Amino acid sequence: MVTRSDLPLRVINSTPEAILKAKKRARRSFRQIRTENVFKRTLSIMGLVIIILVLGILLTLVVQSLPSIKALGLKYLWSKVWDPVQDIYGAWPFLLGTLLSSFLALIISIPFSIAVAIFLGEYHPKGWLPNFLKNTVELIAAVPSVIYGFWGLAVLVPIVRSFESSIGVEPVGVGIFSSSLILAVMIIPYAASLGRSMIHLVPSHLKEAAYGLGATRWEVIRSVVLPYTKSGLFAGILLSLGRALGETMAVTMVIGNTSLIPKSIFAPGNTMASVIANEFTEADKPVYLSALIELGLVLFLVTVVINLIGKKIIDRFTNE
Amino acid sequence: MQPSHVKYRLGKSYGFQILTYILAFACVVPLIAILFFIIKAGVTKINWHFLVNIPKPVGETGGGIANALVGSILIILVASVIAIPIGIMAGVYLSENRKSRLAYWCRLSTDILQGVPSIVIGIVAYFWLVKPFGKFSALSGSAALAIMMLPIVIRSTEETLKLLPDSLKEAALALGMPFHRVIFKVIIPVGVSGILSGVMLSIARITGETAPLLFTAFGNPYLSTKLTQPMQSLPLLIFNYATSPYNEWHDLAWGASLILLVWVLFLNIFTKIVTRKWKVQL
Repeated sequence: MVTRSDLPLRVINSTPEAILKAKKRARRSFRQIRTENVFKRTLSIMGLVIIILVLGILLTLVVQSLPSIKALGLKYLWSKVWDPVQDIYGAWPFLLGTLLSSFLALIISIPFSIAVAIFLGEYHPKGWLPNFLKNTVELIAAVPSVIYGFWGLAVLVPIVRSFESSIGVEPVGVGIFSSSLILAVMIIPYAASLGRSMIHLVPSHLKEAAYGLGATRWEVIRSVVLPYTKSGLFAGILLSLGRALGETMAVTMVIGNTSLIPKSIFAPGNTMASVIANEFTEADKPVYLSALIELGLVLFLVTVVINLIGKKIIDRFTNE
Repeated sequence: MQPSHVKYRLGKSYGFQILTYILAFACVVPLIAILFFIIKAGVTKINWHFLVNIPKPVGETGGGIANALVGSILIILVASVIAIPIGIMAGVYLSENRKSRLAYWCRLSTDILQGVPSIVIGIVAYFWLVKPFGKFSALSGSAALAIMMLPIVIRSTEETLKLLPDSLKEAALALGMPFHRVIFKVIIPVGVSGILSGVMLSIARITGETAPLLFTAFGNPYLSTKLTQPMQSLPLLIFNYATSPYNEWHDLAWGASLILLVWVLFLNIFTKIVTRKWKVQL
């Protein structure tokens, strides 16, 4: 930091006008340096603001969920009954609903996203058709989730309903299965685009060596490309999972919203995010509201951990 | 003549290639299906009347979504005014200070912020800006959306500025330019395409966000331009009307969905074209 006394006041000749001029110049450059310092400090403050924002989010969630943590304790997370009317709170139905729908969505979406990654990364990196595929897959991530939900409600739910009656389960239509299907579509782009860039990073001499040994295309992919990129693909899948866990609107619209423990993957249920969306404005008792916020806190912590692990893996992979 | 096991291996290879093609292009189907269905259901609902009127009560046909359009535009404008300056400045900070400890934590926070579920942002905005004032307001919705915009703007600014050659900055500094003028007159103008594309993507993202608005802007059946009052927005209207049992309201929601979808896809495609074009020129 520069202060006024540090500034050299260079007086070349000592006529009064010259001294005045030199003083003026010194003052101007002092002013510039001060603006510069103020500007640099503003930039750092903006950086600090982001950190404070995240800490503030965490702190708010923790403070607001304290009443429920005190009243219900840790067993809240695996108590099986949720009945706010009688002051019974158990988060297990929502935890189970979240895990079921997210992992089912992940299982459905993995073959598709890996296929897109292999197609764009290995078979056809250039050309108009791969370009079209790449842009379309990226646009899947751009469609607002409320539109997925509405479309799911109007188009997908009837299809699922007739599918359910054809395999002999209770034809509700809405439920965990429907929301998993919607989620699966929504999370394809995350794993696909990351996987594509990871497959691009595979050194060509490895692949050429395998071809030179007489491997077929599939054998190169299976024994060179996929093993080389497996941590990157895993990171992509983790990021997809993070998205699926936190997704609210589309799931809320098609999952059926009951607080009972889902008996099968076709049963209606609720996820952590959807129960918050549904009941937050209706929660009239402090413990009720606080129990919902505790769900938000769990959701926040889980997605933070998943995202940070994913980012760590990507960083390590791209630095190697 | 190939021996049979070679034929088998080649056949397997082709088999997997075809399977990959089929699975990869199956991903296009849902998007096409959604586009097709929304256009088919929505295009007949949209006319001038639909754009300038507010929704009619249940049972009456007609009505429009003017309140949601105005609300969405206002909420997004305010969110952008909050988020863009902070985001760009934080991005500049990160690209200028790559090694400092504050920058490390700031980068980490940005990563965390990017992954936070939108509903959690809604809860937090509720406790910061709704509960202390005792009422839902458009302003609190804007703040929630601004938090969602920040990481995208920061990231795109940082990534763009990182790619600029250091010689640009050094040349300007060597000419005696003060640091802030170097940033505003040299660095940001050169990186404007990347920053702008990040801003547009973040606007596209928050236009469709519903969850943070549920407990903040809350929705409003009437036309309102007061930022301190509850306000309707397009995604909120779609959510409320799509889950209602009335056909007239479903019609409104289809029209609104089409407008929202076209706007979001337009922003995304436009950004893609612009960045590709400018990257070539760089």
